[in-house]
Amino acid sequence: MKGWGIDMWGRLSLEALPHDIVTIGGVVGGGLAVLAGVAALTYFKKWGWLWREWITSLDHKKIGIMYMIVAVVMLLRGFADTLMLRAQQAVFGAGDGGPISADLFQQVFSAHGTIMIFFVAMGILFGALNLIVPLQIGARDVAFPLLNSISFWLFVAGMMLMNLSLAIGEFSTAGWLAYPPLSGLEYSPGTGVDYWLWSIQIAGIGSLLSGINFLVTIFTMRRKGMTLMKMPIFTWSVVGSMALVLWAFPILTATLAMLTLDRTIGTNFFTSDLGGNPMMYVNLIWAWGHPEVYILVLPAFGVFSEIVPVFSRKKLFGYKSMVMALMAITVLSFTVWLHHFFTMGAGANVNAFFGIMTMIIGIPTGVKVFNWIFTMYKGKVSFTSPMIWFMGFVVTFTLGGLTGVLLSVPGIDFQMHNSLFLVAHFHNMIIGGVVFGLFAGITYWWPKFTGFYLHEKLGKIAALCWIVGFLVAFVPIYILGLMGAARRLDSYDPSLGWQGLFVVAAVGVLIIGLGVVVQVAQVAYSIWKRKELRAPHDAWGGRTLEWYAHTPVPEYNFAVLDTVKSRDEFWQMKQENRFRSKSTLLPIELPKNTSAGFLIGMTAGLIGFAVIWHIWWLVVIGVIAVVGLVIWANLREETEFELSVGEILRHEKSMKRAGL
Amino acid sequence: MKQAAVKFTNYKSSLGFWIYLMTDCLIFASLFATYIVLLPGTAGGPGPKDIFQMPLVLTETLILLTSSFTVGLAMIALSKKNIKQAIWWLAATYILGVAFLTIELFEFGVLVSEGHSWQASAFLSAFFVLVGTHGLHILIGLIWLLVMVIVLLRRGLNSKSSRQLGLFAMYWHFLDLVWIFIFTIVYLMGVAS
Amino acid sequence: MSLKKYIIGFLASIALTLLAYNLVAGEIANGLTLLLLIGGLALAQMVIQLVYFLHLPDEMKPRYKLLSFGFMVVILLIVVVGTLWIMHHLNYNMMEMSPSEKDHYMSSQKDKGF
Repeated sequence: MKGWGIDMWGRLSLEALPHDIVTIGGVVGGGLAVLAGVAALTYFKKWGWLWREWITSLDHKKIGIMYMIVAVVMLLRGFADTLMLRAQQAVFGAGDGGPISADLFQQVFSAHGTIMIFFVAMGILFGALNLIVPLQIGARDVAFPLLNSISFWLFVAGMMLMNLSLAIGEFSTAGWLAYPPLSGLEYSPGTGVDYWLWSIQIAGIGSLLSGINFLVTIFTMRRKGMTLMKMPIFTWSVVGSMALVLWAFPILTATLAMLTLDRTIGTNFFTSDLGGNPMMYVNLIWAWGHPEVYILVLPAFGVFSEIVPVFSRKKLFGYKSMVMALMAITVLSFTVWLHHFFTMGAGANVNAFFGIMTMIIGIPTGVKVFNWIFTMYKGKVSFTSPMIWFMGFVVTFTLGGLTGVLLSVPGIDFQMHNSLFLVAHFHNMIIGGVVFGLFAGITYWWPKFTGFYLHEKLGKIAALCWIVGFLVAFVPIYILGLMGAARRLDSYDPSLGWQGLFVVAAVGVLIIGLGVVVQVAQVAYSIWKRKELRAPHDAWGGRTLEWYAHTPVPEYNFAVLDTVKSRDEFWQMKQENRFRSKSTLLPIELPKNTSAGFLIGMTAGLIGFAVIWHIWWLVVIGVIAVVGLVIWANLREETEFELSVGEILRHEKSMKRAGL
Repeated sequence: MKQAAVKFTNYKSSLGFWIYLMTDCLIFASLFATYIVLLPGTAGGPGPKDIFQMPLVLTETLILLTSSFTVGLAMIALSKKNIKQAIWWLAATYILGVAFLTIELFEFGVLVSEGHSWQASAFLSAFFVLVGTHGLHILIGLIWLLVMVIVLLRRGLNSKSSRQLGLFAMYWHFLDLVWIFIFTIVYLMGVAS
Repeated sequence: MSLKKYIIGFLASIALTLLAYNLVAGEIANGLTLLLLIGGLALAQMVIQLVYFLHLPDEMKPRYKLLSFGFMVVILLIVVVGTLWIMHHLNYNMMEMSPSEKDHYMSSQKDKGF
């Protein structure tokens, strides 16, 4: 369609709408969910509330909750992808057929990986960081509240592009990392890889900005007296994770940009001719990719370092060695990345070096596992559902780590690379480590922000379903890998006799699915029975400062900020009955709401969409708009408002009367 | 009390912006590594020795260096609350920055008109994107500088504009720092035998 | 923040720039020696600008800027040197070359001292 000689719609046309029944089903389902949400908001006249209380809020707690909600929604989509993949292999795997075509299968597993890593894991991670870190260090907010909002809305923009690819256009078929030449223009001329590129590029910039935010927050906004060596270990794990975000994500930004340029303006970075080098992409993307998995797992370790001492009623064993282990893992995670492409042909010397480094990185993690177990020794252990998640983690993550050491031997990896053994290994680490850790954290910190516990029994059932389901799903995958099954295939020769194992794996996923259903029921039931499940501000007999704050946490977090005297400061305060504050109450300045973050995020998403569909005039407008918005955001006067002493006192008194 | 709060905010912003610059270093590092790896990828076309106009490159290098100096002079003027002098030095920085960008765009234009664009080979892609990314940073800096000068003229110097100008100076110095490496690794090492 | 510092930094940087340029233009050295020399000059100018323009040593304790700079340098070296090492080996093993091209590659690598 042309107007004034410019292409109005780029390469967008009605062709872009979905054609197959599965995708149409997904779009209709998702669309109905969105419509239901819109209808509810309209019926209850909550649009204003949504805008004022949530979309324009710069409160780190609200931003944290929004991250969680988006991540959980994406978990449901990613899990739907899982169900489709397993179903296809279990039911139709022994031949051709089934409602999911080969091309769609490729899109589904590419979407599955991308969603789980970038939107579920990173989403829950940043949600948790936002909720917990400022409270644990006794601060009132993060260092840069506006930047925090911008980060969140960039994340949402990336999520929206990800979901839009379902309805308009297609998604990438090149896996979650999109290696060229397959992801280059010649072999993937459609919009799929472009959607992939822009959704994670935009979300990635959000992550980078959050990295700056949290590192500066932890460095400069700790309450007086809280030296680095008095910080909770969860906060230390965030230091490590954010250092990794800051120094690894730029590599991703640059690499994605180069692939984007290859696909849009005809550069030759990763083409197979004109001097390009696709191997360079693999090298760079994994130089980011390996630190990325540690970005995800370090805070999960941090969660367990909080949970185990509380539920063993004993201080964490080996604080110093835990800190050193975290810092060692942080640095070492930059020295192992080649183990992801032992088979690309760098030769024995190079492979040997990286193989040895990979073995070494297992050591500090082992130190941490031992320290957790030593914490439990001679403690008064109560096996609440967070501890069940922890036990599941210890067993599965250790097993997965062992398979990692196996894979770190290049000669063995030559057999196992890109087999289902590898797939089982990394799911083992991510589910057993990251997911179990984040679920434990959600259960643990839930009462702080909602004022009621999640139903314990349902929580234990969910945890058991996940642990058992995981083993039933992935042990067959390990076996299949050892027998030679390759990854990313939608069907396997039936004469190999492997179908039985695929069926078992599918049963395992259904058990996990049962766990997910129980979790959803747990949340719904707990909300319904929240009066019976009431929790005090110190829900578990905690040791760290977030448990000192009221529940629900006031906008200003803490009325006064007394000097910190020791590690596990809240625990010490309870031991010494040190609750009469010595500080004077002063007026508190808080950031005002603003739509800047929302607008910048949405404009970035629009630019991405416009580039994907080659609607160049829209790209130009979008870029001008985003520049204008950034300038406006930075030139605003009156960005804060003040809470008077009177208002604070009144709020504190009403919380005390409610016994919180 | 307010003084301490302003100092703290300034430090936070300064540290945060510095950390952003550290991440920018890694973006450039990735582009540098790619450039070096793709150097031999000339696809039968020109290599560094064939296309770099060294006298021009030296000129733009010295121009950028001078602009880094003038922005420093602007900061000194600001610290003495001499807004007028600061604006003169900032204007000088702007003009030098525009001159740098003009020379660079001229250099690019010559190459493209001779058929040696970023599409012609991997080496040229890497060259245009590495040097072009630096140029894009300069462009963004110039827009930022323009806005800051307008703010200075209209709102005068307050703690916020003072802080923001400090960040701009850091940014501009950093860009000159990166250019040292582009000058050395791309141009000097490119034409050296 | 003094005028003197900026002037020293500026003049030193000009000197280093012109020196490096003339080393190449005047073909005073070549090969590995030249690369090391101009590389060293670049690093020297970086330090000059960090000290005199960016005032890095003037930061108060705790020196977070210095810490993050140091960490950045370490990671940068690991990633860049690692990449060059890896890609050199990958290219040698994996890029399609005719026998005469391989010979040429091998002797050129030999000249570089590998």
